[in-house]
Amino acid sequence: MKEVILITGRTLKQGSNLENKMSDAYFDAAARCEMNENLLTRIGASVGDAVKVSTRFGEVVVNAEKDDGLPDGHIFIPMGPWANAIVDPDTGGVGTPTFKGVPANIEKTDGAVLSVKDLIARYREG
Amino acid sequence: MAAETVSNVVCPLCGCLCDDIEVIVEDGKISNVKKACPLGKNKIMGHDRIKAPMIRENGEFKEVSYDDVIEKSAQILAQAKRPLLYGWASLICEAQRKGVELAEEIGALIDTTASVCHGSTVVGVQGRGAPGCTLGEIKNRADLVIYWGCNPQEAHPRHRARYAHSVKGMYRPNGKNDRKVFVIDVRETKTAKVADEFVKIDPGYDYMAFSALRTILAGHADVVPDTVGGVAKEKLVEMVDAMKSCEFGVIFGGMGLTHTRCRYKNLENVISLVDELNAHTKFTLIPMRGHYNVNGSGHSLAWLTGYPFAIDFSRGYAWYNPGETTSNDLLMRREVDAMMAIAGDPGAHFPGESLRHMAKIPLIQIDPYANPTTELADIVIPTAVSGVEVDGTAYRMDGVPIRTRKVVETEYLTDEEVLERILTRVRELKGGN
Amino acid sequence: MTILIKNGVVFDPAQGIDGEKMDIAIDGDKFVEDVSSPDEVIDAGGRMVVPGGVELHTHIAGGKVNAGRIMRPEDGRKGRIPRGKLTRACSGFSVLNTFATAYTYARMGYTTTFEAAMPPLLARHTHEEFEDTPITDKGALVLLDNNWMTIEYAKSGDLDKLAAYVSWMSEASKAYGIKIVNPGGTEAWGWGKNCSINDPVPGFDVTPKEIIKALAQVNEDLGLPHSIHIHCNDLGHPGNFETTIETYEAVKDIKPSSDRQVMHATHTQFHSYGGSNWGDFESKADEIAKYINKNDHITIDLGVVMFCDTTTMTADGPMEYSLHTLSRRKWSNHDVELETGSGIIPVAYSPKIGVNAIQWAIGLELALLITDPWKMALTTDHPNGCPFTFYPEIIALLMSKAKRESMLETVSEAVGKRALIATIDRELTWSDIITMTRAGPAKILGMSDTKGSLKVGADADLAIYDIMPESFDPTKDYKTIEDKLMRTVYTIKGGEIVVRDGEITATPHGRTFWVNPAGKKAEAARDGMLEDLERMFRDYYTVSMANYPVQDEYIPHGVEIRTEVN
Repeated sequence: MKEVILITGRTLKQGSNLENKMSDAYFDAAARCEMNENLLTRIGASVGDAVKVSTRFGEVVVNAEKDDGLPDGHIFIPMGPWANAIVDPDTGGVGTPTFKGVPANIEKTDGAVLSVKDLIARYREG
Repeated sequence: MAAETVSNVVCPLCGCLCDDIEVIVEDGKISNVKKACPLGKNKIMGHDRIKAPMIRENGEFKEVSYDDVIEKSAQILAQAKRPLLYGWASLICEAQRKGVELAEEIGALIDTTASVCHGSTVVGVQGRGAPGCTLGEIKNRADLVIYWGCNPQEAHPRHRARYAHSVKGMYRPNGKNDRKVFVIDVRETKTAKVADEFVKIDPGYDYMAFSALRTILAGHADVVPDTVGGVAKEKLVEMVDAMKSCEFGVIFGGMGLTHTRCRYKNLENVISLVDELNAHTKFTLIPMRGHYNVNGSGHSLAWLTGYPFAIDFSRGYAWYNPGETTSNDLLMRREVDAMMAIAGDPGAHFPGESLRHMAKIPLIQIDPYANPTTELADIVIPTAVSGVEVDGTAYRMDGVPIRTRKVVETEYLTDEEVLERILTRVRELKGGN
Repeated sequence: MTILIKNGVVFDPAQGIDGEKMDIAIDGDKFVEDVSSPDEVIDAGGRMVVPGGVELHTHIAGGKVNAGRIMRPEDGRKGRIPRGKLTRACSGFSVLNTFATAYTYARMGYTTTFEAAMPPLLARHTHEEFEDTPITDKGALVLLDNNWMTIEYAKSGDLDKLAAYVSWMSEASKAYGIKIVNPGGTEAWGWGKNCSINDPVPGFDVTPKEIIKALAQVNEDLGLPHSIHIHCNDLGHPGNFETTIETYEAVKDIKPSSDRQVMHATHTQFHSYGGSNWGDFESKADEIAKYINKNDHITIDLGVVMFCDTTTMTADGPMEYSLHTLSRRKWSNHDVELETGSGIIPVAYSPKIGVNAIQWAIGLELALLITDPWKMALTTDHPNGCPFTFYPEIIALLMSKAKRESMLETVSEAVGKRALIATIDRELTWSDIITMTRAGPAKILGMSDTKGSLKVGADADLAIYDIMPESFDPTKDYKTIEDKLMRTVYTIKGGEIVVRDGEITATPHGRTFWVNPAGKKAEAARDGMLEDLERMFRDYYTVSMANYPVQDEYIPHGVEIRTEVN
């Protein structure tokens, strides 16, 4: 398990499927976690492996992806329901949750990446 | 089959609002889209639609008529004590204006996606102002372009080519060669890779970097530490030199400033920097607004109510207090007892803590497409796609209003029609009480 | 619907009626000679009956007004009124929401309101807000002076092409008239600079004075109903009265195309300053008044300052920045590609600050020193000098020396040294006031056939105030003026009763007047102009020419006024 900083944000593929969120293409675009080669190695994961990212606010399983534009110790999950399962909901008194710069832990996992439906279903339960 | 090309179509995806799109229509259907970026092309081409209005019964959706969903929605809204009408970004101003009328009628809270996007920018503007300009000023004059905490290559893909970087303008006839582009970000984004300079900053240190830049600008470089947020002092000094010596500079601010530590204070600080730079040269700031008409939602709400988002009509007049009347605060306080999500997808873009409450209250969704919000909704009202099937007004990220074009016909009701019918029915219901 | 208003004491300067007891008849949306068996009879009971107010220069709709609202929630909070049965929720003191704007003007007896600065590229915005501003008839003046097409044609002297362009633009933006704001200066602000009247505009080898003359000439060539409407260079600068007079002189030889001025100079208070810095700043209202009294080609409006925390907004970007550097509260700016700009800041005018107190004095001095009320309209350049809601108090100041004296006791003593107000004895009459707020502005706008008068055939716009002119002394009872002019007993707009006893009773859509200049003068050089314009769109604008003109959907209540000069 590695301590990291979580950033979320837009990507071309996520944006291309903005109106197509129940699709496989959106799943591929948003249910992922990007990190650099070094971090991949340190958590013992390869591209495509499931990784569990947890914060004080929840945990989510997504697929590992490589982006060497990320500095060491930083991970990026495209904005969307997977990222939002673990961002800091604190709005800082102005309404906007803390979507970027959230302390997180990341580790390789055998768990499955939930589909949109299953992910959202968790909120209906509790 | 004869194909017709519709020219000068306005792209209803991002705040760039590109208005040079060509759409090929064959047999009443869109067969191709030219000149648009992948985001816009996919939006205009369309995806699988919600087929019919739906009501959830025993956990399962049942297809019903428009009359049924409008009746049920009106009842929910008329009876609710603390209803929230959220979204309003991916649709036209004509519908937003109708939405404000509905909110006033039922004493609702009305909030837009700015709440989770550039709401902090707006709050920053309310502290320090908005020194900006239209994008054509950048195209024709800017020789220094700074993208700070934004990544247009992925979020606004034609921004550089149409407005800010490679585009040629009156005083920048050589486009890219006449401009210098800086990217300041916490990671080396695709935009950073095409910039002249990438300055990497540590997450959450933007405020301090702006303070350092202002300090250097004021002639006090001596008190600035050797590094600020991971940026070397020499680099900061170099940036100030570039800012002071340019003829026309612009900072494009993104969610890297609004989604992170200090939020609106980041904006207050960068606006102060821009303000102070104008003592030396011409400098402006433009927020990179996301949805194509989120800026229009701020405008139409402001002229109708006095405030741009996060408005509470429970007192009969407009009450505005971001942090209190913003959607996520309301949901996390468990204060809202019914919600309408229209042209925005809180299911995908709100934190889990807010979704837990959304799952517990009656939720009406108005949208052309199924999305995570649908999974939580009790009533789903499919509508026509504004900007493709409906024409109407949208405000570009720089406040330029453009009328989107209707390209194809549809059998879906428009957002405006649905709202009008709900409003009419709500008035009947309330009149009957 | 027919209405008979009986027993009113009527002031209608356009017909030379000065406080006569008479009846007024309305049939449909027009005044008529008489009506038999009227649907409604209003007994005015000796109260003052006047034409509906005509506001010829106000900032109520469009990009910069809305930027003011967005930037100043603290201002919005000052005017909160819950929605009513007929009325929408209201907000704002200086930057009112559209509904508050409409209801407040109507309650004060105003039925025509002209937005004074519409950037062409943002014209749609102004018209959208007009649609949400009920009751009053409206029009917008389009900013054309810092426009690259205009500047190029002023430089080349190609006035036929300029006429073709003005004609195209008036139609494309659905505008009523030509507005000029710091000509050349706002273009210079694209580089953080400014221009005075004889400085060459950066990047263009032409002076502001040449731009003004070209637009004035074209305005008359096209026979537009209104003259050019100018915010002169050097607004707010100590010593600017010389620039102001030079601006007036520049168009002296141009012949008006109708019975009106050649130039309307707006918010003249801000342009009547002497001195060389803020330390020796002084009133030159006397010099300006002397010029206006001697010459007939200029009309002005006042732009009165009253003491309050208001919002200033103008297309004069460099002026707003320079003003901002004095207070550093917050500053919005919005330069519009190829066309114009704008600046918005909060300003608190304090009676204790010498400069502010002198500004206050100058606005009043102009009104008291200009002898002919037809040459001046009452404005505050809302919200720049103060919100239009100060009109009743300003009228009280103009009608009552006693009121002025009581107020002079509370202002900086600089007024006694560097302004003239304390030395002026004149007290304006009701006829003066009604001229300056109705008949005068209607004539200046070129609308005297339909607006600003109760004459037969004019639009049935009318206000009844709870003042008995025959037994009322405005010089003494000024507090009553302030009170009674805020709320009419009746406001009738287009034959419909919209206010009764100070409450809104109906909220019809107002109409939007726009001018479509046609005829040979407008069309002769059209093809050549369009080639130039297409190049501007292709190379420099960021919107397509096809998406530029304001579509008819934006003016569902539009009234086209076609002019034709051959």
